[in-house]
Amino acid sequence: MSDYILRVVDLHKNFGEREILHGISFNVKKGETIVFIGPSGTGKSTLLRCINQLTVPDRGHVYIDDDEITGCGHRISEYRQRIGMVFQNFNLFDHLTAVQNVEIAPIKVRKMDKTLARDKAMEELRRVGMEDWADHYPSELSGGQAQRVSIARSLAMDPEVILFDEPTSALDPELTREVLEVMKDLAKSGMTMLVVTHEMGFARSVATEVVFMEGGQIVEQGPPSEIMKNPKHPRTREFIGKISEH
Amino acid sequence: MDIISILIAWGPYLLGGIAVTLGLVLSALAIGFVLGLPIALIQVYGNRMLRAPAAVYVWFFRGLPILVLLFLFYFGIFPVMGLDFPPFVVGAVVLGLRGAAYQSQIFRGAIQSIAEGQMTAALSLGMTRWMAIRTIILPQALRISLPGWSNEYPEILTDSAVCYAIGVMELLTRTSQIVSQTYVTLPVYMACAGIFILLNYAGMQVILRAEEKFAIPGFGIQSG
Amino acid sequence: MDPVTFLTQFLMPALWQGLIVTLELVLLTAPFGLVLGIGIALGRQYGGPALSTACAGYVVFFKGCPLLLLLFMLYFGLPTVGITLPAFTASVLGFILCNAAYNSEYVRGAIKSIKDGQMTAAQALGMTKVQAIETIILPQALRRAIPGLSNEFIYLIKYSSLAYMITVVELSGAAKLVATKYFMFNEAFLAVGVVYLVLVTLTTYGVHLLEKRVAVPGLTGKSRA
Repeated sequence: MSDYILRVVDLHKNFGEREILHGISFNVKKGETIVFIGPSGTGKSTLLRCINQLTVPDRGHVYIDDDEITGCGHRISEYRQRIGMVFQNFNLFDHLTAVQNVEIAPIKVRKMDKTLARDKAMEELRRVGMEDWADHYPSELSGGQAQRVSIARSLAMDPEVILFDEPTSALDPELTREVLEVMKDLAKSGMTMLVVTHEMGFARSVATEVVFMEGGQIVEQGPPSEIMKNPKHPRTREFIGKISEH
Repeated sequence: MDIISILIAWGPYLLGGIAVTLGLVLSALAIGFVLGLPIALIQVYGNRMLRAPAAVYVWFFRGLPILVLLFLFYFGIFPVMGLDFPPFVVGAVVLGLRGAAYQSQIFRGAIQSIAEGQMTAALSLGMTRWMAIRTIILPQALRISLPGWSNEYPEILTDSAVCYAIGVMELLTRTSQIVSQTYVTLPVYMACAGIFILLNYAGMQVILRAEEKFAIPGFGIQSG
Repeated sequence: MDPVTFLTQFLMPALWQGLIVTLELVLLTAPFGLVLGIGIALGRQYGGPALSTACAGYVVFFKGCPLLLLLFMLYFGLPTVGITLPAFTASVLGFILCNAAYNSEYVRGAIKSIKDGQMTAAQALGMTKVQAIETIILPQALRRAIPGLSNEFIYLIKYSSLAYMITVVELSGAAKLVATKYFMFNEAFLAVGVVYLVLVTLTTYGVHLLEKRVAVPGLTGKSRA
């Protein structure tokens, strides 16, 4: 048994002629928050989707607790229960209220008792500060509120890892802040998180490790103090410089 | 004889015709739903082996006039298969088979209109594809389908009158019999038209109620 | 009789005759159905209270009354008040009345979908209401209504078969008569079905070409096919 909760080994992915991922490898320890930064279209989102096999990689391996996820066939839904995911566009189920969104997977996938699932869902909504909005439909929530509900939805499955795919890109600054606060609390509570984001402040203050990606490859990785203040690679330096101008 | 006394004298007979007409329409809607939904699912999620026959089915039943379909099944296909169905059953089944082709396209459009993120999110929570279709996609798709579906009712209602051609004892058939018995023509036909229009209106009210009942904020279910 | 002889000797010539009648029915109906439909839509949308109510009533009646019943009224009913129409004329008249009701709904929906600003802008340029409708509103609305209108045209092809029920021997009637005479039902109805499928498929294709030809960027009706 290794120290790592998640291991990614030599992932490759092409879409037609275009090479999106070109041999990505990294390891994640329990409780770490890994933040992926880099220019748009460099495969960061594809990488997250390859981890829970929403996109099937062409080559390479993904392990959770030494169990291989890649090529596991129909058992994939078991692994996905252990890996939560939060999307840029929330993807809340539009026909269900906030609390129903959170409880549906425990009820349908885990076959959890409905009363227990409701209690659990309310608890998760409280954790993200959305308990007062439990009976509202997604269309009645602001973007920030919807994203907090979607975080609660993935928490309700007690995942070992949560993947955040640009969780604040669709939000204006005010709403971004409330979502980042929730994510910061999560990180503090010891949740293992992989975050694709352009929020450098979040990377600096929360990440245990920052990974700079470009052209489907990892260019440089290390603790935020190193990557953000003192990048070694010229491409990283250029990117950090550009981003901090804003 | 004036039209009022005709309607009183033949009232029970006409009421029977209404029952037969509604029987045709409701069975056809039910058959169309039960067959139309799987056809839609096959067209969206099925592999090529299944999609091709589904597409041919839809093309065939949408391309032929209802009159030709009724003749084909009543005089041709069912007798050849050794099925000796009474006219009512043939009418209901043929209207239903054709309705399935139309309904499948309503459902297909609704399923395709649901953002792909819904399926992605469901899978990411560990749902299987089929579970996601059942619990996430279909509840939304059926709601979105309601307005389109409510156009299905008046269409099948007016088409059911074509079952006259194979001798189903529905409203128009009975009306024609009254005409030939009483020699009162236009008023009796007009009364029959009035009944069809009333049935149309009443049915639409029921559907509107259903739309209100299943309405959810953010799902623009206005009939249109 | 073997199917091949039946098909070539008896069915094909009959279907050919029937096809001509069907095309006559459809092509005579369509232009009048379109013009009347546009008129009703305009009456409903821009007419005074009386006209607009009358147009609404027209639509309720002719959409709610089964087409076959309408044909019976025109063919068997009208003679009792002294108007006798040949079966073919009664059929075309019935199809026009029904087709116009459905067409008017598509045109009206399209008119309603055009922003108020278009009318305001036209009137600000000094156009009268009629000029504005003619040169600004209708050209846009009709483009948007094309998918619906062409759907109705395809329906018309199929529903023209009902003329047989008042003795007009068009495609379906031709098939029925030959089928009954030679007791070859499946062959006859499948063959006539193929003819309808060809007609409908060709029309659908033609409609796509038309849509492309009159297309204006940013102004499309949602294709329903």
